[in-house]
Amino acid sequence: MSRLIRMDSTGHSTLAEWTAGDHEAIERAVAEFRRELDSGYYAMVTEGEGHARQVTELPLDAELVILRRPIAGG
Amino acid sequence: MAASSLPEASAVYWRPRVDAARLVRRGRTWTATTVAHTVPFIGTAGLLFGLEPLSFPVDFALLAHAWAIPELYARRGANVVRPKPQGDEAPERVAVGLLGDLVGHDARELHAQTGLVMERGKLGTWLVGEGGALLVRGRKVWCYCVQVRHPDLPSADRIAHLLLALRSDEQGFATVANLAFAGSPRRVRARMRDSMRPALDRAAKTQR
Repeated sequence: MSRLIRMDSTGHSTLAEWTAGDHEAIERAVAEFRRELDSGYYAMVTEGEGHARQVTELPLDAELVILRRPIAGG
Repeated sequence: MAASSLPEASAVYWRPRVDAARLVRRGRTWTATTVAHTVPFIGTAGLLFGLEPLSFPVDFALLAHAWAIPELYARRGANVVRPKPQGDEAPERVAVGLLGDLVGHDARELHAQTGLVMERGKLGTWLVGEGGALLVRGRKVWCYCVQVRHPDLPSADRIAHLLLALRSDEQGFATVANLAFAGSPRRVRARMRDSMRPALDRAAKTQR
């Protein structure tokens, strides 16, 4: 089961879950993913300890996709 | 760490991308600036005292300035990882769980103990806090002020934001972040909270 989560004031919220064959769930996840990116979030996929990659398309094979807000120098 | 470019770097397009050579140069410039701020006060105090020993109150004030300027810089450096007041416990617990999933056992333990997450990169060893990060490289530490500007986020989520950005593009992360101090880890350590010091000790050890 893959998950799309967004870091927010609750800690994090699960926005979508999908499995490889579930086309309806995938469609919902992709729509959710696009909506969050359009609202200013960045999507990250962790690739083991010490590695992460920003993605602009929902990687359907990723176990976990994390949405984060932009960072800035303080 | 992956080599993809951090999108936030485009917001600071005028900054040259930080690499190892630039980092070292910036550290040396910082030290030179501190010396340039300090030496004139010490020199003037010495000269005045030599000419007129009764000028000692002025000499003392000058020496106090020479001491205070580096002290303030180092304090500013230590403040980048100063913890902010925590919000509700439940979101914090959830956020700590996610952060725990992102890091290994040792980093998780260190975070529980110090509030900082240690991350090894190509530029050095990072200590990531909720409002900034320390980069230990060789015998120096670079203190960066960098954060996600959403005050409603739990502390561990703030760290996770920075950690993910750092992992996706370390050089971009160092470019986006504002340098608050560069110098001896000893000076920063003295101004850190007691509970955070073991994290800096651990990071310094990785660089020996």
